[in-house]
Amino acid sequence: MSEPRKPVKQIHLAAHFPGVNNTTVWSDPEAGSHIEFSSFAHFARTAERAKFDFLFLAEGLRLREQGGRIYDLDVVGRPDTFTVLSALAAVTERLGLTGTINSTFNEPYEVARQFASLDHLSDGRAAWNVVTSWDAFTGENFRRGGFLPKEERYSRAKEFLATANELFDSWRGDEIVADQETGTFLRDAKAGAFVHQGQHFDIEGRFNVPRSPQGRPVIFQAGDSEEGREFAAAGADAIFSRYATLKEGQEFYTDVKGRLARHGRTPDQLLILPAATFVLGDTDAEAQELAHEVRRQQVSGATALKHLEFVWNRDLSGYDPDGPLPDIDPDLGEHTLARGRAQVRMYRDPLATAREWRELAAANKWSIRDLVIETGSRQAFVGSPATVADTINEFVQADASDGFILVPHITPGGLDVFADTVVPLLQERGVFRTEYEGTTLRDHLGLARPSARSGSADSAPQAERAAAS
Amino acid sequence: MSSAPSALPSPTPHSAALHLAVALDGAGWHPAAWREPVARPRDLLTAGYWTDLVTEAERGLLDFVTIEDALGLQSSHFTEPDGRTDQVRGRLDAVLIAARVAPLTSHIGLLPTVVATHTEPFHISKAIATLDYVSTGRAGVRVQVSARRNEAAHFGRRTLPSFRIEDLGSPEVRELTVDLFDEAADHVEAVRRLWDSWEDGAEIRDVATGRFVDRDKLHYIDFEGKHFSVKGPSITPRPPQGQPLVGALAHETVTGAPFRLLGRSADLGFVTPHDIGQARTIVAAVRAEQDAAGRAGETLHLFGDLVVLLDDDPAEAAARKERLDALAGYPYTSDARIFTGTPVELADLLQELSEAGLTGFRLRPAVAGHDLPAITRGLVPELQRRGVFRHAYEADTLRGLLGLDRPANRYAAPEAVAADAVTTA
Repeated sequence: MSEPRKPVKQIHLAAHFPGVNNTTVWSDPEAGSHIEFSSFAHFARTAERAKFDFLFLAEGLRLREQGGRIYDLDVVGRPDTFTVLSALAAVTERLGLTGTINSTFNEPYEVARQFASLDHLSDGRAAWNVVTSWDAFTGENFRRGGFLPKEERYSRAKEFLATANELFDSWRGDEIVADQETGTFLRDAKAGAFVHQGQHFDIEGRFNVPRSPQGRPVIFQAGDSEEGREFAAAGADAIFSRYATLKEGQEFYTDVKGRLARHGRTPDQLLILPAATFVLGDTDAEAQELAHEVRRQQVSGATALKHLEFVWNRDLSGYDPDGPLPDIDPDLGEHTLARGRAQVRMYRDPLATAREWRELAAANKWSIRDLVIETGSRQAFVGSPATVADTINEFVQADASDGFILVPHITPGGLDVFADTVVPLLQERGVFRTEYEGTTLRDHLGLARPSARSGSADSAPQAERAAAS
Repeated sequence: MSSAPSALPSPTPHSAALHLAVALDGAGWHPAAWREPVARPRDLLTAGYWTDLVTEAERGLLDFVTIEDALGLQSSHFTEPDGRTDQVRGRLDAVLIAARVAPLTSHIGLLPTVVATHTEPFHISKAIATLDYVSTGRAGVRVQVSARRNEAAHFGRRTLPSFRIEDLGSPEVRELTVDLFDEAADHVEAVRRLWDSWEDGAEIRDVATGRFVDRDKLHYIDFEGKHFSVKGPSITPRPPQGQPLVGALAHETVTGAPFRLLGRSADLGFVTPHDIGQARTIVAAVRAEQDAAGRAGETLHLFGDLVVLLDDDPAEAAARKERLDALAGYPYTSDARIFTGTPVELADLLQELSEAGLTGFRLRPAVAGHDLPAITRGLVPELQRRGVFRHAYEADTLRGLLGLDRPANRYAAPEAVAADAVTTA
């Protein structure tokens, strides 16, 4: 490299408990429960043993459907995010605890007190992945009936987060005196007082959870749209991306980090952490073979047909998964075939995708199932532990990411081999911690603890920053 | 794969056996409790404090603990904040406290409070189902309504009137009360349907057909009520106990709405008789509501609530209350009877009250750090000596401790239920 050598970056690693999609090989004899607490406890203890920054749980609020029936081919069902994270705080000591919580089907006061409570109960390890959602399909499970016009989802999410921050900041942290002699419990009769009037929320009163160890939970954001990137740049501490190739990763990294200055922030105040799967073997060749086998298990013939339906928006159950792709075109009407699926939104131009896939299949003589396997999300890291350690390190040092959120394909033991083989190599190379240096998740991520109402810390809310600039 | 711990029939210690629970709230129920040297007022927001309390209750073999909660700051005023700085203010979410303690305990039941008025039944259902998973079958929930105007303002979705406790009989407040309790009953119904929305064994992992679940065993609940509707099914599979236990505190009111909620919706009712005569009246009134709701054949446990100050010398307990009252600046009163005395005297009272048909008691320690150990180390041995309390936990689930079977799933086909019954037998 011709550029001046940069300082060696420390890698951030996290573990994502596998969720409801076809990355999980539930049919494997090694696969355990994805509901029982013992699975979560095992997974969390492995992540902590490996000195990972945090564990991550996704969320679902409505069972997915396809063709008007509940989707039955992948893992179905999840436990409640907050409840699992709080229980995990009892069986771990340092591991960060990150949960996805939707900003559409919740209210700021309730979510803020749950995260503040989790931060207290975990001694400063809570993090919130703020996601947006707007669909009426999910809204049918909620009393507010609530779904939003799509264009309002980020405006609600922004206001939701800003409101939650106002609640977190409504206690400075020094109000509780608890002087048994004089009988003064609170120094300030107005501790927790807040007023918020906005487009989506008009609330006031007293927040009833005093300031938590981290001040505020760490804020994560996932989302790749222009609005999503801007939302993250303005107020998040970390962003989940889905770019696991070097070039795409670098482009995303440069784009998002470049947005920070406009919000008065520096590049180290927003970590970029792509989700990544992995397959390890004793040798690279063995890992490749294993990876191929895992992909066959992940994509059955039935799964392949269902996957095609995300693009075609038609019932394709009559097709042979081992035969050629449908020669009819996708139905471009409203997508009602598959509901509750993030994947549907990935294919924004179904006609173009169908054309491209037909050409690919024809050129390679792929069946429907071959195509889905070959074009589906590949394992990000495949190889021997040394190869995987080197690749991860290369990505991070080349600014394609600041680390990775690893998703094993087996629950709950799929992380064990990574912890036992790859982590020690990263530690030997001096790019990953051998011990936790701090106690809170902010410590692990190198983020400052925000000070209440000062607007001077790393994660000051966007509104305060905007006002100051 | 989902676990279904069977509630073993319990070898009950005695026909007149009592069930015993404690209600945990901050430093204790007396507003000056935090002033006591044992109170640990700076630890109230830590996991260690709650773990110590629940572990102590488990040491005393208690059936369960309830954990108080509210969606607003504590207040001495009935519906408004009070701006006081001389009492404990600030608390943590009760469901999260229960979950945090669950892996560190093994037998005791955990009933966090949730407020039905402002929360989503879908969220509550999966949270309590998950508490049942993380505690392997020890979860329940204490459902509460909120008529506090300031708490409604924290959500901004509805406006509640300002009123004083003396206004409870006014037509407006009566109407509001009925509406809030009816809404709570709808909330519980939606939550219960969601718990049943997955039949046992819905997860099949059928490698041959590639199906992870048998979707014929997942059910839309299609709940439609006056205030909300919920489609279902739940995102979380049916919890280990099938139905975690639902409890509620209810007082006598002119509308009868709180007792109606118990009759319609609860497994556990917390009531506040001050003497045996009142206990008989309350038990009769709740049983009438239970019959009216068509639930005469179901077990509805009625627990008498008492605030307790326990010492080895009765005068010492009375003096302690006086001292705490002086610190608070006013005599502490409660909806429940306030008992001061010895563990032996309390045992006498509990046995007397139980003759009115109460199946147990939920004691509210006036000072958690003092009166909880007095319950577990004083009262419990006394009740054991009298043969009316267990000497060891006889079951691993809360249903088991309370002598309740694991219920059949309302959505399961009758033949499936019959098959289940055969397997369990």
